Amino acid sequence: MATKNKEKKPGWKELPEGDLIIGGGTAKEFKTGDWRSQRPVLIPEKCISCLTCWIYCPDSAVVVKDGKMAGFDYDHCKGCGICAHECPVKGKAIKMISEKEAKSGKA
Amino acid sequence: MANLKDLAKGKELFSGGHRACAGCGAAIIARQVIMAAGPNTVVANATGCLEVVSTIFPYTAWEVPFVHSAFENAGATISGVEALYKSWVRQGKYNKKVNFIAFGGDGGTYDIGLQSLSGALERGHNILYVCYNNEAYMNTGCQRSGATPKGADTTTAPVGKVKKGKEQYRKDLTGIIVAHKIPYVAQSIVGNWRDLTGKVEKALSMEGPKFINVFQPCRLGWAYEPELTCEMGRMAADTCAWPLYEVVNGQYKITYKPKEKKPVAEWLKLQGRFRHLFKPENKPLLDDIQAAIDKNWEELLKKEV
Amino acid sequence: MAKLNTVARTGNEAMAEAMRQINPDVVAAYPITPATEIVQIFAGYVADGVVDTEFVAVESEHSAMSACIGAAAAGGRVMTGTSSQGLALMAEMLYIAAGLRLPIVLADVNRALSSPINIHCDHSDTMMVKDAGWVQIFSENAQEAYDNMVQAVRIAEMSKLPVVVTTDGFIISHGMEKIEILDDAEVKKFVGLYKPENYLLNFDRPITIGALDLQDYYFEHKRQQIEAMRKSKPVILDVAGDYKNLSGRSYGLFEKYKLDDADCAIVAMGSTAGTTKVVVDGLREKGLKAGLLKPRVFRPFPAEEIADALKDVKAIAVMDRSDSMNANDGPVSLEVKAALYDKGLNKTIINYVYGLGGREIRLDEIEGVYKNLFDSIKGKKFDKVNYLGVRE
Repeated sequence: MATKNKEKKPGWKELPEGDLIIGGGTAKEFKTGDWRSQRPVLIPEKCISCLTCWIYCPDSAVVVKDGKMAGFDYDHCKGCGICAHECPVKGKAIKMISEKEAKSGKA
Repeated sequence: MANLKDLAKGKELFSGGHRACAGCGAAIIARQVIMAAGPNTVVANATGCLEVVSTIFPYTAWEVPFVHSAFENAGATISGVEALYKSWVRQGKYNKKVNFIAFGGDGGTYDIGLQSLSGALERGHNILYVCYNNEAYMNTGCQRSGATPKGADTTTAPVGKVKKGKEQYRKDLTGIIVAHKIPYVAQSIVGNWRDLTGKVEKALSMEGPKFINVFQPCRLGWAYEPELTCEMGRMAADTCAWPLYEVVNGQYKITYKPKEKKPVAEWLKLQGRFRHLFKPENKPLLDDIQAAIDKNWEELLKKEV
Repeated sequence: MAKLNTVARTGNEAMAEAMRQINPDVVAAYPITPATEIVQIFAGYVADGVVDTEFVAVESEHSAMSACIGAAAAGGRVMTGTSSQGLALMAEMLYIAAGLRLPIVLADVNRALSSPINIHCDHSDTMMVKDAGWVQIFSENAQEAYDNMVQAVRIAEMSKLPVVVTTDGFIISHGMEKIEILDDAEVKKFVGLYKPENYLLNFDRPITIGALDLQDYYFEHKRQQIEAMRKSKPVILDVAGDYKNLSGRSYGLFEKYKLDDADCAIVAMGSTAGTTKVVVDGLREKGLKAGLLKPRVFRPFPAEEIADALKDVKAIAVMDRSDSMNANDGPVSLEVKAALYDKGLNKTIINYVYGLGGREIRLDEIEGVYKNLFDSIKGKKFDKVNYLGVRE
């Protein structure tokens, strides 16, 4: 499981009544980022902010700010590689690197 | 129609943190459809991959109101939601404009859910039904459905010593829906955002029942590398294995005619579920599949006015 | 007490009348004998514009309950009606409606379950779904059917549980009776407005309803449901209290008829209770201390209260209008026996399975049951389960 929830889960008296989740997008708290075996890395000088990567990401993990490609949400990115594959720029503005490489690079 | 920069200004309505496979086409469909529909939308889901991955208590990926009740009744469930809305509007209790969208997989739409969908369409509810069609019951482990194409390897019609995968052609569900004479019916794919979001916007601009059958490559069930999901969708359109068209008030319009219609084998060979078709002894089956696709395409071309 | 209007209504007409006065937001229904008339009459009200209800003529009972669930989840007051195979077809959705805690009210006209196919009265249909999590209220006659439908709306909304109100198929559903109904305005005031805290059409507070529970949450949600069912008992009594002020008629979890000093008692639900009252009166005139306990609420089963009411009775016959196919007894008998056992009360209890598939139950047959009970006090032994009225 992505989040090993060490806190005690709510009892039946504390939960809202019924099979009900109140409020939208609570899945954001569930970090699927640790599913990855590879991650996308942006090459900013090649990126044209066409936002193709953004529209095709299944996990809403491409971050766009003011209409510009701003990077990746690594808490949720599963490393599927669609963004890199779909990038229309010649030579690609996104490359996929292994998690091992990514983590050692940042050590 | 909005461009990507405009679409990107809106709040993300299908969040990350859902538990779809990496590279899942259904998640792409859900995200693009709700993006085109906007926040004033109530979504109903049939039991299936999308529903299961996006709503595991207490986590929901949906930023809009969402209901799931059972497997075979997305059509009936959304009918109830829309009926309540109509009732409240008529009573003067409610005046916001709301979209009603139901999602079902091919399982919950072609097979077990066909009755409740048909009823909902016949009653004329103001709803959009989106089928995310990955050609098998993927959530339970890739069993064959009425949408599975001939020759595909699935777990209940597997390739073995005697059998070569599914023996029947798939249902033409889109044709069945057209026969309901509803205002808008269309086919789309994962991998062409303009096509899908455009069709959703067009559908939602019309009153009455609307239906979009979206072809959804599944990296697990079809067996291919996850980054190819969008490309797989486009190839299905390029080979005419999944034509892109719409039927507006009964008038057929093909929305994508490939400049160069590719042989289906080029697409099939990328998928593990069709691997067996490339053995020499299975060439007749492969030819049969190509012939069926060609025939279907020719018939479709004739339907266009 | 409010003004009462005396009218002639069959059970189905009485239920439809109640629905008209309640004026729900949505009715989604499918026809099935002998419940069809309820929704047919209601469709007539819709066609005449005397209700605000959106009527959804669905294509199956499963879709009927599915649409009811969609409408109730969206925030509406929702009602429907069915019988037998229809109830069986929507059984999956009944469990779901209860699990989603939606206050749907369903009129079930009790009819036998196939096979063989039979359109007449027995209780096998509601017994099939007794564990679905719905509050189950049995009506003896058309008056009770009307009163129970009106009360059911508040019971459902206050408990956040769906409620089924039954009548006996054909016997009550199609039997003409003289009943008293309230003015439209009184019913409207009694049921009040339905204001759910969470509903789909609330975009300020979006909800996801019907999420998947893994092993870590299912049990907690079910425990909530169990508690809600337990707490519906005082709610049912509260609502009955308010209803008495309005109508003058008393309702509880069950009815005691000449039971307090009874030596022998029959426990029976539905229309047979009415027949039994006639027999009890006749026996009392002869000096025999016969009595009747008529359960009104089958779920939640008022075990302690029923055991308490029967504690001084010497011999009890429990009448079951359905069979559990070789459970220890029929379903009502099982509950009564367990209730008495829990109170340490060891009594003669004879189970009579009767009336299956609309088989008539006659006065002389009920008299025969009482005769057996009085004989059992004198020491005569009887089979644990008996089949009353079947040709051997």
